[in-house]
Amino acid sequence: MNELLERLSIARGVAGHEGEVRAILREHLAPHVDEIAVDSIGNLIARKGGPQNSPGQRVLLAAHMDEVGAIVMRCNPDGTVKFRSIGGLDPRILPGKRVRIGADAVPGVIMRAPHAARAGSRVAPIADLLIDTGGAGEIQPGDMITFESDYEQFGRLLKGKAFDDRVGCYILAQLLQEDFPCQLVGAFTVQEEIGLRGARVAAYAVEPDLAVALEGTVADDLPREEDISPTTELGKGPAISVMDRSAHADRRLVRILTQTADAHNIPYQIKQPGVGGTDVGAIHLARSGVPSVAVAVPCRYIHTPAALMDPADVENTIELMKHALAGSLARPLEAAGSEK
Amino acid sequence: MRTLIEELCSIYGPTGHEERIREAISRLLNGSVDSVETDRFGNLIARKGPTASSANGKRIMLAAHMDEIGVMVTHVDAQGFCRFTTIGGVLTNALIGSRVLFANGVEGAFGMEGSPIARERPTPQKLFLDVGASSKEDARVQVGDTAVFRSAFGAVGDRLFAPNLDDRIGCAILGQALRELESTPHEILAVFTVQEEVGARGATTAGYGLDPEIVLAIDVTATGDFPQATPMEVALGKGPAIKIMDRRMIAHPTVRRWLETTAQDNGIPYQLEVLEFGSTDASAVQISRAGVPAGTVSIPCRYIHTPSQVADYNDARNAVSLLVHLLRDDPAILADMGGRTVDAAGVAADERDA
Repeated sequence: MNELLERLSIARGVAGHEGEVRAILREHLAPHVDEIAVDSIGNLIARKGGPQNSPGQRVLLAAHMDEVGAIVMRCNPDGTVKFRSIGGLDPRILPGKRVRIGADAVPGVIMRAPHAARAGSRVAPIADLLIDTGGAGEIQPGDMITFESDYEQFGRLLKGKAFDDRVGCYILAQLLQEDFPCQLVGAFTVQEEIGLRGARVAAYAVEPDLAVALEGTVADDLPREEDISPTTELGKGPAISVMDRSAHADRRLVRILTQTADAHNIPYQIKQPGVGGTDVGAIHLARSGVPSVAVAVPCRYIHTPAALMDPADVENTIELMKHALAGSLARPLEAAGSEK
Repeated sequence: MRTLIEELCSIYGPTGHEERIREAISRLLNGSVDSVETDRFGNLIARKGPTASSANGKRIMLAAHMDEIGVMVTHVDAQGFCRFTTIGGVLTNALIGSRVLFANGVEGAFGMEGSPIARERPTPQKLFLDVGASSKEDARVQVGDTAVFRSAFGAVGDRLFAPNLDDRIGCAILGQALRELESTPHEILAVFTVQEEVGARGATTAGYGLDPEIVLAIDVTATGDFPQATPMEVALGKGPAIKIMDRRMIAHPTVRRWLETTAQDNGIPYQLEVLEFGSTDASAVQISRAGVPAGTVSIPCRYIHTPSQVADYNDARNAVSLLVHLLRDDPAILADMGGRTVDAAGVAADERDA
């Protein structure tokens, strides 16, 4: 689809090790923004002023750079590595997966530890898994571990790793190349997968008037026996959150996004309420509070090496955000409490 | 004030949709406070009294939360049955047999998959809402709509029954105290907060924005006065409870003494509370900015977070008296707290007494 998205998907960066992703974004964006800098925790903050005579309000767009992965706990003399997860990994999908370890990207494969191999068909918890590296390479406790996965086309879909949230980074990078009638602050945040830590300090520092988190989110849309809603579905447009575990979305912002989508014939879906969480959880509670909402691209098999997403959803998310930033998001919100 | 409690309990206001209850409280405060505003998060802030200028006057934030627990629709199936997620600490055991009400007046009843006589423990995944529809098109609710638990307000003697005494009784107490408070040396910031039930979110942002010197929450607390209850000293009818500790907060010793001595000096019955689960808005404000000395006036309440909560009217009445005396007087005890070096001074005062 696009070289930048491919580079972002392949780049390796679990929480605390976002440097490679940050370098790609910084190089890509430097010519297009007024100011770009790294803050004390590692967030990349890009700023772009509004029109000179009326700069408009400050809009924070956030996308997190970190992906789920793991960290080396111990290197055994036999060439195996003990690890623990950084962010939410499902132990059911881990055995047999190829990984890359540390700055040198030493290859390895996840397997069951010998003592756990007798346990039959029971799912082995991460504590009972090891990575076999064949004894190659320099590995140290603390090195990051990422899935190895190519970026490729699957029919009309895109397959890659770390679409959560490199697709958000990609969308934010596209938006920062445009001009809008407001002050745009793009925060590429760190450490979202382990508790929204980067977004917390970014929102405090930026003091925005409103915020939108751009995400990749769960799509569990394959046919099932029961008539129970999927979280989101591929191909049905950007997924707008009304409530998840981390926040109630600001209802004015939800309305702006749905009305903008309707006005421009952009498909959208409401993400199934109650599941997941985003950087909004930290941003909306910064200082005296920030009206916030999350918009996400649906991804099947998120938090695995092979996420699938529909490029049409990516384009529609960009279109929706462009129209919203050119319109209502650039204007002060009606007063809180005026909703009925 | 009984009618006030009943009136506030009858208003729809789940977390995230507090506008109707905010409007009602705003109306009842009319004339008894200096100003009322809604902040950007949706909290209702009423101000009263001078800006802190008298000798011992403080900038005091009082918090009672407007929101109540409820459910949100996650899916409407082809037959019109709704799947849902919970908002706040909903007790799944209490769902079957209870009714809910949506903002547009639609009612819902909980049903469970499978045999009605199976003795299966209900889980939210096995439950659904029947909203009186026969198809998806026919259902008058959609994904994202929220409902509250609704059973009629009731009273037997001084015992009050309602699905949302948590925390409408606190809102009524705070509102009534503001009405009865004629003058104060303090700068009173009465905040009727949003989104307490999902993690004291409204109090978090209001606490930062208002930057108070002391914070008091007015909220319900559990009791230990029913059969086989978890051991706990608090009982209905023995007066408001002054919090010592809950899961997220230890009350500031000087604030606690201020509450206790005020109750003692004015002959107001009270109890001391140690709560082993849950917390209040005060816990969020306590760690705002550089820290805020915090305390809580709690209303004993049985069966919290079920559709039938029970409290005693006398406790509410005594809580109002306690608040009015607290806020009317100019107590030397608060002078001990110093200005912005409250923590060090407050603890030092406590050590002197010990």
